Amino acid sequence: MSWGGLDTAGITAPPAQARRLDTRRILLLLGCVVVLLSVVRIVTDTAGLTSSGTYGAALRLAVPILLAALGGIYAERTGVANIGLEGMMILGTWFGAWGGWQFGAWWGVVLGITGGATGALIHAIATVSFGVNQIVSGVAINILAAGVARFLSVVAFTGQGGGATQSPQVTSELPRFTMPFLAGGDLFGWRSPDVLGWLERRRWFLVSDVSAMFRGFTLELSILTVMTLTLVPLTYLFLWRTRLGLRMRSAGENPWAAESLGVRVYTMKYVGVLISGGLAGMAGAFLVLEAAGIYREGQTGGRGFIGLAAMIFGNWRPTGAAAAAGLFGYADALNLRSPEAVHALVLFVAISLLALGGYYAYRRRVVGASIALALGALAAVWFGVTETVPREFIFITPYVATLLVLAVASQRLRMPTYDGVTFRKGEQIS
Amino acid sequence: MSRRWGIRLLWLLVPVSAAVLAVGISSIVLLSIDASPVDAFRSMVRYGTQGNSFASMINRAVPLFVAGLAVAIGFKMNLFNIGVEGQYRIATLLAAAAGAAITLPAPLHIAFIMLVGMAVGAAWASIAAVLKVKRGVHEVVSTIMLNSIATGLGAYLLANYLRKPAVGSELLIATPPIAPSGRLGPITQIGGEDLRSFLLIAIALGVGVFVLIWRTRFGYDLRASGINPDAARVSGVDPNAMVIRTMLISGAIAGLIGMSDLFGFFHAYTLDFPTGLGFDGIAVALVGLNHPVGIALAALVFGWVDRAAQILDLEGIPKEVIVITKGVIILSVVIAYEIVRRLVQSAEVKAAAEATRRLEEEKEAVPA
Repeated sequence: MSWGGLDTAGITAPPAQARRLDTRRILLLLGCVVVLLSVVRIVTDTAGLTSSGTYGAALRLAVPILLAALGGIYAERTGVANIGLEGMMILGTWFGAWGGWQFGAWWGVVLGITGGATGALIHAIATVSFGVNQIVSGVAINILAAGVARFLSVVAFTGQGGGATQSPQVTSELPRFTMPFLAGGDLFGWRSPDVLGWLERRRWFLVSDVSAMFRGFTLELSILTVMTLTLVPLTYLFLWRTRLGLRMRSAGENPWAAESLGVRVYTMKYVGVLISGGLAGMAGAFLVLEAAGIYREGQTGGRGFIGLAAMIFGNWRPTGAAAAAGLFGYADALNLRSPEAVHALVLFVAISLLALGGYYAYRRRVVGASIALALGALAAVWFGVTETVPREFIFITPYVATLLVLAVASQRLRMPTYDGVTFRKGEQIS
Repeated sequence: MSRRWGIRLLWLLVPVSAAVLAVGISSIVLLSIDASPVDAFRSMVRYGTQGNSFASMINRAVPLFVAGLAVAIGFKMNLFNIGVEGQYRIATLLAAAAGAAITLPAPLHIAFIMLVGMAVGAAWASIAAVLKVKRGVHEVVSTIMLNSIATGLGAYLLANYLRKPAVGSELLIATPPIAPSGRLGPITQIGGEDLRSFLLIAIALGVGVFVLIWRTRFGYDLRASGINPDAARVSGVDPNAMVIRTMLISGAIAGLIGMSDLFGFFHAYTLDFPTGLGFDGIAVALVGLNHPVGIALAALVFGWVDRAAQILDLEGIPKEVIVITKGVIILSVVIAYEIVRRLVQSAEVKAAAEATRRLEEEKEAVPA
């Protein structure tokens, strides 16, 4: 029994390898997306769709989702489902704010990670050592974390410029970094030219859009963002190219076989869950230190769950999770910065769906083609007859997208085989 | 006989250890902020045993009880309906809007609102059920996504279609009020606090759930699917049909969680409506070991702790300490349950081995 994707997936052969997304295909697809976005930007005359500000915001909004998703990958690759990511992120926000307020931003990061890992430790003790159902323990941790954060706020922040639901302002900041020459960063005290900014302001087809994208990714970068982005390849290298990573994954793929080969399965699971909680806590610290400058109750806003969605979307792989987090972050950024760009995005979705329908028709896949064409036509009509898209619809976009992906492509998803299954030393598969 | 009772007594360890741990850890937390646990517990007990506290405890417990029932039905067949929260919210919103839109004779009006709530809850839950049966999407993932979708969709519907037209500068976002025929007065008042009459419906619901799960063919199939899915399938139970039916029933009950507050207090869906009841329901179902009586007791305990903690602020102790207490109760119950389950299992295995051995000995003894 596995807890995501198909129940039958797993022990048998991995899903069809025929059309796996290799690097060339991904680049091709990405190129098409960039060109199409540029076209839509010019047709609808909404600069917000591809401005460097939007891309920058998308990156900032994607970071906590990505961290949570990476956390989910570490836990679930060792076979422990982690619904408690949200709660661990809440602990990260609280301890991040408290540490940042008391000792400075770097301590906020450290304590945020520690806070998340503490929640993870409880999860690991309950699920790995005591064999409690992983979903049950995760739910309990979410409830407990919200309570702990509330209580600690009352104790620590009341009368100090904060209260039961929020902390005092965290004034200490982490260093930021702007790339010289590309985005006009400083080089030894000399202000370099902002080449990409100049290109972006020309509003040329494609050139300006691509420049804006790179400028958004190189301007005012938080050090945490840089760390998070490097975590993506590092996670891949660690889990798929090191001995410890292989052992951790073996605990999720077949713990009994791993045990028989001398892998300490419990330890592997503990390591996976603790890293998971640490990353969720870091996501919380990022929300406090980079996004808000303050701890507020409900600040995580379900990002732990979106991270879980991004992990599934990305097929339990770091690169896939990064792509999904980027997508969700982009939708969020548009919603935040320019509602009319969201409306333009509907046109983008319509054209994409129609193109997909055409591709399916070319490959003679009748059902897929008709569904895609019908949805595309629907989106086109929607774009034609409305002026704006309600904010709530953007809020639910990641969730609907995940449900659709699960419903349509669950055969292609390949989760760890014994993810979510309680493993007891010496007992056989139940 | 005595051995079986010994095994049953083991189960008592679950609530006892949870209570001990909850009191112990809460005391440590209180001591850490220089408050006296003894004083805190004493004033909680004093305040919590007043008449109006009794009524308040029950009013708080009723939605928790209903939520616990909704969750427990799924748990009984290892179906994790994490989506009770979303089902409850969207169902209460639409039921309140539908109830306000029409006027019917009193009992019919109440029944109509409840039916709308159950239908919406079941419909929302059916999405997860169909995704699981047709596409193999695990219900935990789909219901988590559906919870968030319900929040967004509900906010959209309320703000754009179901909202009562604003009067003057009033900023309250709510559905129009339900006519008096669609309200329930209190059974009685205890110490000035209403004892809401939805309690009676909730009790009937609890009895109904008990009968359904422990006294019907469907309930037998459901429990069998939970304990041993393979055996159930071999004996002719269709697992897909069971998933759909159980999810629909769970969603329908989830649609009733908000009714006590709706009929007895708010008379409209507002943004002040309590949230998180679906997750509290998971907690209550876990602590109550998925049995209606246990769920009722757990709901009463949680309701009482909620109420009694209100006094703590006056004593200068942050009442939020009880949220930690509740979290500790949940975690210690699930851990203690798991330990006791293993103990019981090994005790039963031993007992069975013993019985077999005795049988063998008797067999050998007969010919001689």
